[in-house]
Amino acid sequence: MTDTGSARALPIHIRSVTKTYGSIFALDNVDLDVRSGEFLTLLGPSGSGKTTLLMVLAGFTRPDYGSLKFGAQEIIRMPPHLREVGMVFQNYALFPHMNVADNIGFPLKLRGVAKDQIAQRVEDALATVQLDGYGDRQITQLSGGQKQRVALARAIVFEPQILLMDEPLSALDKKLREHMQIELRHLHEKLGMTTVYVTHDQREALTMSDRVAVINYGKLIQLDEPRRIYDQPTNSFVANFIGESTLVPVERRDGKACYNGTPLEITDPEMAKGDLLMLRPERLIILNPETGSSSASYNCFKGRVDEIVYQGESFITWVTLNDGTKITVRSISQQQTLSAVPDRGCEIMLGLHPDETVLIASDGDNT
Amino acid sequence: MNSQKPITAGINAEGLRRDRIREKLTLFGLSVPALILVLVIIVVPVGWLFWLSLFNDEGALSLSNYTRMLDSKSYTRIFRTTFEVSFFTTLICVLIGYPLAYFLVQLPKRWAALGMVTVLLPFWTSLLVRTYAWLVVLQRKGLVNQWGMDLGWWDEPIRLVHNLNGTLIGMAHIMLPFLVLPLFGSMKAIDYDYMKAASNLGANPVKAFWYVFFPLSLPGLFAGMIVVFVLCLGFFITPAVLGGGKVIMVSMKIETLIDLFFNFGTASALGVVLLVLTLAVLFLAHKLLQLDRVLGGGQNT
Repeated sequence: MTDTGSARALPIHIRSVTKTYGSIFALDNVDLDVRSGEFLTLLGPSGSGKTTLLMVLAGFTRPDYGSLKFGAQEIIRMPPHLREVGMVFQNYALFPHMNVADNIGFPLKLRGVAKDQIAQRVEDALATVQLDGYGDRQITQLSGGQKQRVALARAIVFEPQILLMDEPLSALDKKLREHMQIELRHLHEKLGMTTVYVTHDQREALTMSDRVAVINYGKLIQLDEPRRIYDQPTNSFVANFIGESTLVPVERRDGKACYNGTPLEITDPEMAKGDLLMLRPERLIILNPETGSSSASYNCFKGRVDEIVYQGESFITWVTLNDGTKITVRSISQQQTLSAVPDRGCEIMLGLHPDETVLIASDGDNT
Repeated sequence: MNSQKPITAGINAEGLRRDRIREKLTLFGLSVPALILVLVIIVVPVGWLFWLSLFNDEGALSLSNYTRMLDSKSYTRIFRTTFEVSFFTTLICVLIGYPLAYFLVQLPKRWAALGMVTVLLPFWTSLLVRTYAWLVVLQRKGLVNQWGMDLGWWDEPIRLVHNLNGTLIGMAHIMLPFLVLPLFGSMKAIDYDYMKAASNLGANPVKAFWYVFFPLSLPGLFAGMIVVFVLCLGFFITPAVLGGGKVIMVSMKIETLIDLFFNFGTASALGVVLLVLTLAVLFLAHKLLQLDRVLGGGQNT
């Protein structure tokens, strides 16, 4: 249907898309390129503008200005029914007056596909989402996970080159959600369509995406691969929003960053430029005071244990550092660490490896 | 599921069972006043009516009141008129009410509420007043004819009243809210995401409406249509005033039979037949609605 013909996936180019509601910027000059065939996640807290951006892509929200291209074609003013994008809605929006097969066949019927062909393609789509033989079911007879699959089948059956998903897993329980994350990931690898996925769940974003676009206050904050988003956030908002972290200010001495007077060893010079030190609970390790030698290769911080909580797969140690900063340390429960669990109130030494020592610019959002 | 005997042994089983029964009795007690009311004002009179219909003019027990209805053409004509008027009134209400309800649903909340008030406003005026108001507006020298002729749209006064036209205009006006209310509720319950989904899947606005919105609004439409149709079947004042004696419905015939001829037997028989036909309509509609419920499968996702 689109002029690129054989290509299975279209890239998306978003330029200075802006949408205001009164004086509030839901989208503030967003520039974003989604590569052809990429799985890109829009991640942000509620009210950040991620859903608005998705609605602009689908054509349900008309922005104030900006450019939106699928491939080479400008589509910002194209009505939604001509855009040829698949979409999975948060509440699935499966038509209650049609059965499963009619729901999935609906986009084909609208495109004038012959009846027997519709039946065949519906069956194929059901097979793709592993719901063979469910065509005759009513929507009300389906479980949450099955509805999710039917919604997905309906979104891909007309072979769109772009697939949009609006928090499609948020209504499922944790186990099923984690299962579906992997399944969606595999399906994307198989079908290869450019996918834009909206979620507020950072773990989901990290699990599924090729790249994550962190959005807040209608602005694109950081666009990167999951690993870099987590390990090397470019500002304090990303550091705080994704994973847990405590940010402590560092001072400069002879050009070298110091915390509590101790100079910090930082492997990557790119990561030594900021003025806030990011302390993530699972990156800190408790150094055994008896074997003091092992501390040599770490950046070390002294503190006092406030509390220890055992959580099964890990345990959390609340520590007050010497300058009064309260931080947490998460240690994997294994024989080695469990045998050295510190007592409450005792002094301990925490270590942070220079590879994982990251300074973050303090500008931008401080929440 | 096998019906299992309630467990009677066990700690406090007896006391808990008694509590359960007492609770049921209390709830039943709440409905007693209403049940008595229904018994006194519906079951007893209808039974009496049925009883009366079984006596002929000489006061002897016979089915002559019913056989006459089958033989006489005038009675079948009256029933046909009644159903025709009801059908066309319902049709007019659907043609006016559906777009109106659709329009109201699209409005922002406050405007929709205001629109609903204007739809319901006629309820605050007496039926009789509204009917006579139509008479004033529609008669030979009424507002409509006066303006129409002043503007040169037509030369002769159009017969808008004292015939079927007037009856239908008046009845449609009075019945409209009964259609709009359930329809509006039903439309309001349709999740807007369905329309978005339809549009996303390639349906232009017209197709999205026909394939998705319209089928989902049908339960409300049917409910409204049934209410209007059934109310029309027994309607009296408006057709009597605006029909000008040319549109004779069952209720009007009953009035004449009693008022003029004091013929309780025939009047009762007419009433019974109308009641039975109304129940038949309701039964059919019930079947239809249930079919629809199976197709619709509820609107909660």
